[in-house]
Amino acid sequence: MQTKRRVFLKGSLAASAAGLAVGAGLLSPRAVLAADWPEAAFDSDSMDNALNELFGSGDVADSGDITVKAPDIAENGAVVPVTVESSIADSNQVAIFVSKNPTPLVASFDLSGANPFVSTRIRMGETDDVTGVVNAGGKLFKASKEVKVTIGGCGG
Amino acid sequence: MSTIRMRISPAGDVLDVKALIRHPMESGNREDKSTGEKIPANYIQKLMVSVNGENVMDGNLSEAVSKNPYLNIKVPGKKGDEVKISWTSNTGESDEASQAA
Repeated sequence: MQTKRRVFLKGSLAASAAGLAVGAGLLSPRAVLAADWPEAAFDSDSMDNALNELFGSGDVADSGDITVKAPDIAENGAVVPVTVESSIADSNQVAIFVSKNPTPLVASFDLSGANPFVSTRIRMGETDDVTGVVNAGGKLFKASKEVKVTIGGCGG
Repeated sequence: MSTIRMRISPAGDVLDVKALIRHPMESGNREDKSTGEKIPANYIQKLMVSVNGENVMDGNLSEAVSKNPYLNIKVPGKKGDEVKISWTSNTGESDEASQAA
């Protein structure tokens, strides 16, 4: 009788410890699922911080070998088509930034087999530069294109 | 029905992959106009593309990607290759679709 009571106590202690861990967010299922999503980089409110969080460096050189295609004027900031293309050898990562957005990092793409070409549609809060940053063999390069935004795409 | 629509055009030894995903990409900053309450964030975070089972692109998206995300990439490949696209959102939802080039 005594031993059973001991076993029961031990079991309930272990269970409550696991419960506490989940409650404290230590074992959040979401965190486990998106473990490789660079949350700190996406949460950064300045482009320098976002670059450092994403690439581990804010040292970016301007390059004429990167093309950023976007419209001169976007009437609707909620849908701005952007294309980033690089002709630099070993371009294995492409990221899109809009520095005046609340969080400048829009998206990043790790290219393990695809060509250094990414085209997508993004949201812009106001008139700003769209910057494409390319990681080529550990070195960072960038190019920008200004887009005049008539109606911002962040609000409701 | 899948949320992912894709069109693959083979050109020489490159596949031009265009994808359109049906998703609200809610930023979490918008208010429901009828109730005045904030609409919770719900956006795609991971977007993966593979060809014949080999991962070729691993995309990280944020709420600054437009509603119904569009993606166009170019991957080495030929007619008949199997292209698979999958996504996962911050809410844990996911979907995937495959198509032969």
